[in-house]
Amino acid sequence: MKEYRLHTLICAGTGCVACGALDVKEELEKEIVKQGLEDEVKVVTTGCQGFCERGPIVIVQPGDIFYQRVSKEDIPHLVEEHLLKGRPVKSLMYVPGPEKPPIPTMMDIGFFKHQRLLVLKNRGRLDPENIEEYIGFDGYRGLEKALAEMTPEEIIKEIKDSGLRGRGGAGFPTGLKWELCRKSPDEIKYIVCNGDEGDPGAFMDRSILEADPHAVIEGMIIGGKAIGAHKGFIYVRNEYPLAVKRLKIALSQAEEYGLLGKDILGTGFDFPIEVIQGAGAFVCGEETALLKSVEGKVGRPRPRPPYPTEKGLWGKPTNINNVETWANVPAIILRSAEWFSSIGTEKSKGTKIFSLVGKINNTGLVEVPMGITLREIVFDIGGGIADDEEFKGVQLGGPSGGILTEEHLDTSVDYESLTEAGAIMGSGGMVVLSENDCMVDTARYFLNFIQEESCGKCTPCRVGSKRMLEILDRIVEGRAEEDDLKKLKILAEKVKKYSLCGLGQTAPNPVLTTLRYFEDEYKAHIEEKRCPAKVCKNLFKYVITDRCTGCTFCVRNCPTDAIEGEVGNKHKIIQEDCTKCGTCLEVCPVDAVEAVDNE
Amino acid sequence: MKKIKIGDLEKIREKARRTSSLRQNKARARITVHMGTCGIAAGARKILTALLDEVGQNNLDDVIVTTSGCAGLCSREPMATVEIEDEPPVKYVDLTNEKIKEILNEHIIKGNIVKEYALAIGSERTH
Repeated sequence: MKEYRLHTLICAGTGCVACGALDVKEELEKEIVKQGLEDEVKVVTTGCQGFCERGPIVIVQPGDIFYQRVSKEDIPHLVEEHLLKGRPVKSLMYVPGPEKPPIPTMMDIGFFKHQRLLVLKNRGRLDPENIEEYIGFDGYRGLEKALAEMTPEEIIKEIKDSGLRGRGGAGFPTGLKWELCRKSPDEIKYIVCNGDEGDPGAFMDRSILEADPHAVIEGMIIGGKAIGAHKGFIYVRNEYPLAVKRLKIALSQAEEYGLLGKDILGTGFDFPIEVIQGAGAFVCGEETALLKSVEGKVGRPRPRPPYPTEKGLWGKPTNINNVETWANVPAIILRSAEWFSSIGTEKSKGTKIFSLVGKINNTGLVEVPMGITLREIVFDIGGGIADDEEFKGVQLGGPSGGILTEEHLDTSVDYESLTEAGAIMGSGGMVVLSENDCMVDTARYFLNFIQEESCGKCTPCRVGSKRMLEILDRIVEGRAEEDDLKKLKILAEKVKKYSLCGLGQTAPNPVLTTLRYFEDEYKAHIEEKRCPAKVCKNLFKYVITDRCTGCTFCVRNCPTDAIEGEVGNKHKIIQEDCTKCGTCLEVCPVDAVEAVDNE
Repeated sequence: MKKIKIGDLEKIREKARRTSSLRQNKARARITVHMGTCGIAAGARKILTALLDEVGQNNLDDVIVTTSGCAGLCSREPMATVEIEDEPPVKYVDLTNEKIKEILNEHIIKGNIVKEYALAIGSERTH
């Protein structure tokens, strides 16, 4: 049998597929046949590589050569030069900055170099739709060990000793939760995987499910054995079609191989898993609401206690963990608690995945060891702020989280330090903000999201978030009154204190942290009717300065014909027709357009 | 598909071992076939195919077969460079299918340099 000498790994995560990765793959396969290399070069589609900013991504192994923004047109040259003649193609490599040389290998690129992959270790190296590839990379070895060599108590002890904490955001010790559920006196118990990821800008759970679905499945079966549960549910949002597809393929393959379902690995342990597709309500990420939704009822939260470990699905003890938490389990069992707990800080062990978005050069998905600083994530991995703008803050934990500023850049990323600073670990959304982002508008954006997603069951959240949003609307539109800020603070405290579930209790966080660190921006909006970042459209205007050369470029590009001027003469914006879309600012070749405060 | 039992996973893993070693750059030895225009004209494609067949037949999952451009000595093509961990690279010239198979068996597997086909030992490194 002839062996393949090269593997070309094409990222087929949602991001790269949207950029045309499947066309690239098709072209690559065609070209490989055309040049007679089909017996030598294997083409593999993998999960998301994380560097979504640079998609479509192709990696050639061995050699670890990283190609980015690959298009169909690049393929014939790539195949001939690299795959046939062995000469890596410089023009498709990542270039870290102007006048810097291209970097050929993946591990020398800053974005990858500073990451530590435990959960996402398989993301760019195996085909998630092929169970044998997962098995080839140590897959299901943890399960084999758990079933053949360990008692349920030993499994739970291992997870407890590892220090693993819930990756959904709250950070509850996973082993302790398992133990509580195991000790709940009932014959019937359930396991649930929470894949209802809904924070704006967060996509780590989707990426895990797309890149390595078997890791989640393996973790759940191990959990089932430890807890004494005999059925598992994976709750995924319906708007993650690729994740659902890969998960279903993985489940049926695992069942076919005897790794799932009846009599797993011949040990007599039964554990089936069912996928439940949620309709995409944010509140269903809250565990009690999620369980209602799995039961087929309206997804609304209920007060705790009783916690799901006592009364969960259909009143039975239920252990619910997040996707990322489950995906951590197999490696801990296989490699030991001691190994896992050697990574991270004293109280936060292992790694955390963040989706790095906003005004950052290297948008993408990153996995970092706990204890890394925000500065390292934003500047070493993220490559700093896009367009050379100034760093202003980073929003952590989505609508439930908070914004941290320059002074927090050296904060250690762990559960306690982030909470102390006023943000939360959350599920891992990280939105980077620059000097050109308005903090009031950002807070308004998140509150608007919460207000729309409030399930309406309790009054503080339903009415409180609406009233808060109205105040923020007045502030950004320049209609706010002197005492609005005071009212906003009072409301925020009440909503936080009296809401029924986590959604309402954390809803005011973005408002509270922006007020804490950026109160002057709120005051500028209210007292001076001025938006310092020039984002709130009622509070600034565009003007054309004397730098104007009269090229008429803005006149021709303005979508509302709000600019008048002849060739060679300075142009003028008609303020009453201007919608502040910013097109003139972008197209002006001599930077003659400026945003200024209203008089 | 027969349901697998404890212990069967190892067999599947064994089968996939070359896949994982290629993707993790775990290799003891590397053979580079020089595939410049001159090399291809002199028959380097056939050498590469023969080499891959032989690697497959011997189940060598720790050997990487790769290609590179012209080695600079066009008159002695087809050429290949053998690099074994912690040893200087060896360049072989005027290759045929039989010669490359012999080099694989003698040099890579048994560790004896095939001096009669070798051009030089300890040339410039290619990686």
